[in-house]
Amino acid sequence: MNTKVNFAGIEMKNPVTVASGTFGYGREYSGFFDLGKLGAIITKGTSLKPKSGNKPPRVCETASGMLNSIGLQNPGIEYFANNDLPFLRKFDTKIIVNACGSSVDEYVDLCKILNDLDIDAVELNLSCPNVKEGCMAFGNTYEGVKKVTSAVRKVLDKPLIVKLTPNVTDIASIAKGVEAGGADAVSLINTLLGMKIDIYKRKPILANNTGGLSGPAIKPVAVRMVYQVAQAVNIPIMGLGGIISGEDAIEFLLAGATTISIGAGNFIDPYTSIKTIEGIEEYMKKCKIENITDIIGKVEMN
Amino acid sequence: MPKQLLAQLVQKEEIIKNVYKFSIKADEIVQISKPGNFIEIRVTDQAEPFLRRPISIYNLDKQNGILEFIFQVKGKGTSLLSRKQIGDKIDIVGPLGFGTFKTDKYKKLAIIGGGIGIFPLYQLAKEAKNEEKQVNGYLGFRNKDFVMLEKEFKNVTNNLTITTDDGSYKNKGFAIDYLIKDMEKEKYDCIYACGPIPMLKAIQKYANENNIECQISLEEKMACGLGVCLGCAVKTAKSPKEKPEYFHVCKGGPVFNSKDVEI
Repeated sequence: MNTKVNFAGIEMKNPVTVASGTFGYGREYSGFFDLGKLGAIITKGTSLKPKSGNKPPRVCETASGMLNSIGLQNPGIEYFANNDLPFLRKFDTKIIVNACGSSVDEYVDLCKILNDLDIDAVELNLSCPNVKEGCMAFGNTYEGVKKVTSAVRKVLDKPLIVKLTPNVTDIASIAKGVEAGGADAVSLINTLLGMKIDIYKRKPILANNTGGLSGPAIKPVAVRMVYQVAQAVNIPIMGLGGIISGEDAIEFLLAGATTISIGAGNFIDPYTSIKTIEGIEEYMKKCKIENITDIIGKVEMN
Repeated sequence: MPKQLLAQLVQKEEIIKNVYKFSIKADEIVQISKPGNFIEIRVTDQAEPFLRRPISIYNLDKQNGILEFIFQVKGKGTSLLSRKQIGDKIDIVGPLGFGTFKTDKYKKLAIIGGGIGIFPLYQLAKEAKNEEKQVNGYLGFRNKDFVMLEKEFKNVTNNLTITTDDGSYKNKGFAIDYLIKDMEKEKYDCIYACGPIPMLKAIQKYANENNIECQISLEEKMACGLGVCLGCAVKTAKSPKEKPEYFHVCKGGPVFNSKDVEI
């Protein structure tokens, strides 16, 4: 049984990664299991300068999921390079840095620094719904996505993944912008913009009013979008959105994803990613699948 | 480092209406827990309700590896939890929170709690009393129907003042007013507080203005409890309004020095 995948030039021992913003920089989970069991770790969204994030409340629970509006709180790239990267490098896994900025120049400057760091790939965050500038503002048009992607491509030799927002009318056209900009892969979906109201206070629960919806509630939307993007582009896909089990992961692979990410699932059980790897192996055994790559995109539409 | 366990429920008691005390076998967590720590409980193995419930530790029986926590049934999650039966396994992660109650420097302590916020003060008082510190307690409740754990707190304090807002049981008024009155006679080295926000604000104001050491246990909506999601932010006292900086309740707290946070 072979769970190895090559994702945009990154050799991974299995297709399971942990999504940006749900795994910090790995430290907190390293007490629960060997991080080397993961295909890759995607870091918390990291910017050029430290960011202190949004006012609380920043999270709330919703039906089979949660809303968050963290606002990309992070210690900045310099702190990451000096403190977190040496720690992460101790584990036999791939390191993908999620990069965020508020202008094209900021993305470019950040990626120049990332290009010289000992990391395996960059995931460009063009999809955070919780900050006023940058991110999703670039991520919701073909032109915007293409512009940032091609600007970053010029300074980055490492594999480049672009993370897409689902808050658009036609996800396939956005993915084409990523491909045209020269990226090696796309990841989707980031969170769906949502709101929850406290009916007694008559106010939204989140201080920022709106936030990003994640968890099993969004999984069908994510699977549909992965399928649509798989039909539209030739670059590989990392699928995510509500995965909490091996069975969930298999759905994404069948829809066309080469790798998957565990996001909010990490919050409800520190072992969700490990259980997902085991679940994939069980499925392979049960269905007599020799190579995990044999099932990628193998859904047969009705 | 926190651990995840499937802990067996060994005792269950409804101490007042809709408030349950659970005793669970969780030796690995009990041995490394400190007063002020909390645990996160997954109430179902399904996707709904989704998040774990953060609940403070009430009592640690280190000899028998028993952890006790108390919770009020408020919504779907706590309602499901309250229906667990003796013998059932409960999925917990803990101990959580690096900011715990610190007593080493102090000899005369005041603990003050309100309503369902009194629980984390019990283990603190118990340990301090065992170390032969003086511990005076002030517990405030809405009315006589909400008064709980009087006997238990009496056993771990030198003097216990119970108040009710409406005077339907023992002293009438707010616990803080009785604490302040006693402070005129005898000064405490440190005040330890947990309870509703208005009460914590009043205690913080009093302690900071009078330069009295004060440690408060805070709550905020959270997801992971591990310091990863960065959801449970609380503003630092030192940072300016226009450029706020944050601690996180699950990591820097849940217990903070009253001078460090803005609540």
